Amino acid sequence: MMEENMVTNGAGLRVAITGGTSGLGLALVREFLARGANVAFVARGAERVARVVREHPGAHGIVGDISAKDDIYPIAMQIAGELGGLDVLINNASDLGPAPLALLGDTDCMDFERALATNVLGPFRLTKALLGALAAAARENGAAAVLNISSDVAINAYAGWGAYGASKAALLHLTRIWNEELAPDGIHFVSLDPGDMDTPMHALAVPDGDPAALKRPEIAAREAADAITATLARCVPAGAIEGDKR
Amino acid sequence: MIPASQPTQRPLDAKLLVVDKYGSITHMRRASFAGFLRPGDLVVANDAAALPASLKGVHSPTGCPVEVRLAGRRSLDEVGDFAAVVFGAGDFHTRTEDRPAPPRFKPGDRLTLGPLSATIKRLLDHPRFVDLHLDGPADTIWAGLARHGRPIQYAYLPVPLDLWDAWSPVAWRPVAFEAPSAGFTLDWRMVEGIRSQGAAFATLTHTAGISSTGDTELDLRLPLDEPYRIPRSTACAVETARANGSRIIAIGTTVVRALEHAASQDGRVNASDGLATQRIGPGSQLRIVDAILTGVHEPGTSHHQLLQAFAADATLRRAGKELDAMSYRTHEFGDSVLIERRAQ
Repeated sequence: MMEENMVTNGAGLRVAITGGTSGLGLALVREFLARGANVAFVARGAERVARVVREHPGAHGIVGDISAKDDIYPIAMQIAGELGGLDVLINNASDLGPAPLALLGDTDCMDFERALATNVLGPFRLTKALLGALAAAARENGAAAVLNISSDVAINAYAGWGAYGASKAALLHLTRIWNEELAPDGIHFVSLDPGDMDTPMHALAVPDGDPAALKRPEIAAREAADAITATLARCVPAGAIEGDKR
Repeated sequence: MIPASQPTQRPLDAKLLVVDKYGSITHMRRASFAGFLRPGDLVVANDAAALPASLKGVHSPTGCPVEVRLAGRRSLDEVGDFAAVVFGAGDFHTRTEDRPAPPRFKPGDRLTLGPLSATIKRLLDHPRFVDLHLDGPADTIWAGLARHGRPIQYAYLPVPLDLWDAWSPVAWRPVAFEAPSAGFTLDWRMVEGIRSQGAAFATLTHTAGISSTGDTELDLRLPLDEPYRIPRSTACAVETARANGSRIIAIGTTVVRALEHAASQDGRVNASDGLATQRIGPGSQLRIVDAILTGVHEPGTSHHQLLQAFAADATLRRAGKELDAMSYRTHEFGDSVLIERRAQ
């Protein structure tokens, strides 16, 4: 049974975030820690993972590459073991594809494959490996959620954004189909476009952009956390929340 | 019976032998298991995931190579302290029975296991069997197991098992020492099928132990005591099914051990942590479980003994003949049997 504050602000939720050492991912780690969640995050660089753990006591740092098939079950095992369960998975890690951005005709296959491996196959594999944990949480607490970070390039066709846009479009559709299939098991899939943010990835894509004109990742993280708690609050059956006054 | 030779969890041609409560035997495709269910029935699976419990390393005082197989724990939340079976040099290509003994251990001996280090805490009255402590904070141990550990391998399989081969679709909590392999029968389509039959699906977590130590004397101690946890939602589902006179179908022997142990106090299954210590066999009175879906077990194993609590010996012998005649596959990745508890 969920405590009421789990669905109102996220306290006590067990949350895993990929790409957690920079940009939106790091902001999400901070946001959920501040809300009292139990947080595990994943990133490739051991030193950066260790630094984020040092700076955020209580966070569980996991070194792994979402785009590498062999890393997925070791990552899933650490998430499940360290958190003792999983209420929320946030597939945030992303790869831009070619950097600087390239027209599709100029895009190397390797760059496209890396974008697909990180943005589509990685979230698919990690979600699949963690379905048992999410379904168990949903049976026990009424609902679990997966948030896949999207982008407006998933919907709109912009020249130069071919690899990233196509991969994010695939992820968006994957999110919808997962949700069709697993909502009856209490696992709810949400896609969120956080908007153009002042992050290292945006700087890579638009090197001459004005950071001051961009959204702060902390704002996007707060909106994402609110979207998750709103989803859980909407989907947890009445009577499954302790102290529920709805 | 023939040994399964590929680590495919759900071969399309997987077979299911069904023994009903009157001892009648039928054969069906395992994928149509949900057809056995009636509205109100409850299917319970074990959601423990197999740890990469096999750790290669070196016995520091002698420099001898060892393989540590984590084999037991006192609670689900335990991260650093394990009972373990230790082998000398070699790997899974050699049958466990033929593996050399490890060096002679003393309490306090150190083992280097890849990125992990461990200390022998106690010898457990057998040269292969010890209590050991993995050093470091919990997250370091998890990371070390993830990087260096391998699922316990089976000599009958020609290819090494990966972690994904050892996790059923519903597995998640990495606390089992070998996969609770009856769960390999499940997929999300089957969970959907259970629901569309009007039946319910629930899980518990039971730390399935190792199936063989490679030593006859040690094997007599199996299964070791196994911690389990029954979630609140599962306890409620069990009580609802019982109150309605519906059947409770256990996916695997570990689920039977956990549910029957939980009910051994007052006949009820409460949300709880427990330590399954009992052996279930021919004389055992089943209080909760009405049917079991499990692998094809050979007579003489502890798994087969547990089936004797469900069906008479003569029935099991007839089933055994059918399994032989129809070439059912044994072992973790083999075919299945479904046995309903005999009518009283």
